[in-house]
Amino acid sequence: MDGVGNVIEGAELPELDQEFARKKNMALLPIMDTLLYNIQRQGKISFYMTAHGEEATVVGTAAALLPDDEVLGQYRELGVLLWRGWGIDAAMAQCFGNEQDKASKGRQMPVHWGSPQHHFHTISSPLATQIPQAAGVAYALRRDPARRGKNCAAVYFGEGAASEGDFHAGMLFASTISSPTLFIARNNGFAISTPSSEQYFGDGIAARGAGYGIDTIRVDGNDVLAVLSATREARRKCVESGRGVLVEAMTYRVGHHSTSDDSFAYRARQEVEDRKRIDNPIARYRLFLKNRGWWSDSDEDELKESLKKDVMRAFKTAEGLKRHELSDIFSDVYGGEEPLNLKEQREELTQLLRKYGTVWEPWKAELKKFKDNGESLLGRSK
Amino acid sequence: MTAPSIASTARAAKRLSPSTLSRLSVARRCNSTGAEPPPAGGHLPSIATSKILRTTREAALRTPGIKWLDEDGNSPLQNTIGGRETRKMNLYQAVRDAMGIALAKDDTAIVFGEDVAFGGVFRCTMGLAEEFGRERVFNTPLSEQGIAGFGIGVASMGQTAIAEIQFSDYIFPAFDQLVNEAAKFRYRSGGQFNVGRLTVRTPSMSVGHGGLYHSQSPEGFFMGASGLKIVVPRSPVQAKGLLLASIRDPNPVIFMEPKILYRSAVEQVPIDDFELPLGRAEVLVPGADLTLLTWGTPLYHCETALSLLAEPPASLAPLVPEALRGARIELIDLRTVLPWDVESVIESVQRTGRLVIVHEASRTAGVGAEIAAEVQSRAFLKLLAPVRRVTAWDTPVGLQFEKFIIPDAIHVLDAVMETLAF
Repeated sequence: MDGVGNVIEGAELPELDQEFARKKNMALLPIMDTLLYNIQRQGKISFYMTAHGEEATVVGTAAALLPDDEVLGQYRELGVLLWRGWGIDAAMAQCFGNEQDKASKGRQMPVHWGSPQHHFHTISSPLATQIPQAAGVAYALRRDPARRGKNCAAVYFGEGAASEGDFHAGMLFASTISSPTLFIARNNGFAISTPSSEQYFGDGIAARGAGYGIDTIRVDGNDVLAVLSATREARRKCVESGRGVLVEAMTYRVGHHSTSDDSFAYRARQEVEDRKRIDNPIARYRLFLKNRGWWSDSDEDELKESLKKDVMRAFKTAEGLKRHELSDIFSDVYGGEEPLNLKEQREELTQLLRKYGTVWEPWKAELKKFKDNGESLLGRSK
Repeated sequence: MTAPSIASTARAAKRLSPSTLSRLSVARRCNSTGAEPPPAGGHLPSIATSKILRTTREAALRTPGIKWLDEDGNSPLQNTIGGRETRKMNLYQAVRDAMGIALAKDDTAIVFGEDVAFGGVFRCTMGLAEEFGRERVFNTPLSEQGIAGFGIGVASMGQTAIAEIQFSDYIFPAFDQLVNEAAKFRYRSGGQFNVGRLTVRTPSMSVGHGGLYHSQSPEGFFMGASGLKIVVPRSPVQAKGLLLASIRDPNPVIFMEPKILYRSAVEQVPIDDFELPLGRAEVLVPGADLTLLTWGTPLYHCETALSLLAEPPASLAPLVPEALRGARIELIDLRTVLPWDVESVIESVQRTGRLVIVHEASRTAGVGAEIAAEVQSRAFLKLLAPVRRVTAWDTPVGLQFEKFIIPDAIHVLDAVMETLAF
């Protein structure tokens, strides 16, 4: 697909019906991103990371996977969960860390999604740790008679994370101990401020695949149809051979790294504006749909309007909800029998709360934010 | 250990030693923070008015233990302070200033790490690449083990390596290089090789909204790695002097900078080259009734707690026994966590008979455990109360629960009162 949504001569279009094509509309992700970014700016949530510019890579790969392929993300893959129907409300709840946040019970920063029902493993902040884990997940799939030859483990990571030792270990394990692992490198050009030209001297991430004996494809990550085709084929090989396959999607991080970053300290605003204008993955796909007569301006307006309403509604709901119970400080550290130190520390905090909870302002204000107002601890009398 | 009980006022008064009681009316600490407790939030409001900080030129130049390293290495050390200048700096600017001096005076010195070239995510390397060139100040690929290993290699060649690990939460991929390599380099080579010129700077501790992976204080994990030094500065003057000492120390040093202090801690900082001693604790507030020991961010919570103890706001007054309000608490900044200043701590505890240790890392096998063990074996007969540890719980740092996990002034106040009243 070229810059204005025409299929390039000689290119093979992926199998695509109208309904599927429209569903793949990437409108929701930027609407979510924009709202969540803005409410972080207003101090309503603590942190956020957008996927601006990478929508085609995330949504295109998501569409190529089976809904029950196991996904291990890095953090910029909300689009996969939205594709799988996790829902706007669940994402809002996670960002607010409210009582409906099942992903981490309010324990992790925003964007640390996860849902076993959606076969999406919980995000962890340390980079690249998910990559060797994906090889293990894939091996477990291979050993499961019900899923062998059917599912793969898809692991997402940035070109920066691919510098970590864990990347090399993951690739090596997936090839040596053959495990159907689909490595999806989102090469967005930046690791926070560090441009990819300072991240590697070789030919990107794709060049490494051969060294590990892993079949590799590089794709225009801003062409959602190309991403879809490449990932479908990579996935097919991965599942059929039971081995690792690497997809490198070349894209561009239009947004700042996160809400803690101001990227104009290290790159020109004009560069970003040019990218948004010339190589916009959403515009390219929209033009493609229009060219086919599958999409119109009024469809676009209608969809955006209704999505914005949905997102606003979810935001309002999430904002009004309280946090999980205070006693969840101590739950889930261990499964099974709780060790004595945790029991005692829960009691220690209980005593402190009873003594100071109503008179120490920082606590008094904070306790009200929990759905139990702290009663899950305070009520636990001894 | 059993959970602490809450001491009643009567019991508190009864259990204080007569000598303590006699001092209570005299001792009235002049403390920094206002009477009302700080609001909930991710910053440390107490810092703005902290008496711990040296906000005048005179105070800065008289920093205890300061060692001037003037331009001319042949002339005798200049101990005079007349004519020296200071400049107002926050902690990240002081760190930057120290690295600027190290780079200017030592041609072998290099500064590197993730995102260092544009100034670093906490602005600690701002302008260094422009001033000293990209050969000496540069970005590395995103690999902590690579950064540590590379730094070890540079240092093993006798050159000065100043590495940055972007967050101390992410230091663990470098754990092997630091613990198995840097720490053991000298010993395993029979003293032939060493990596003393390696310094690893890393932002550390909590900010109030960092969650599991931006709140940790991993110093305790390095306690068993003899050969390494672990240093934690509390303020801009300390950061500059301790960092320059760390860079020049003959041992590899991990320098953990409390990130909440980067912007909020502001002092007048001497612009000359100076060092502050490693391995030495500093008494910030002398006292005789209880030793309160900590390092980094919690120092300010401790200062607030002492203020709450001496002059509790109306809301807390009923919970703070009159008899305890005049207690004289000795506040000590440990500064170097490994090897820690056993002598100073023991000397203090032998005078006060009571010790409360505060740290942000969780309790089990935290640094406080090691200190408590040494104190009970060296000062057993002088102890009037069990050594008390105020720490995070043995849980990860859950984002929405942080205010109840990371110890704040009220935790410290309660522990101090209980220990006084034991």
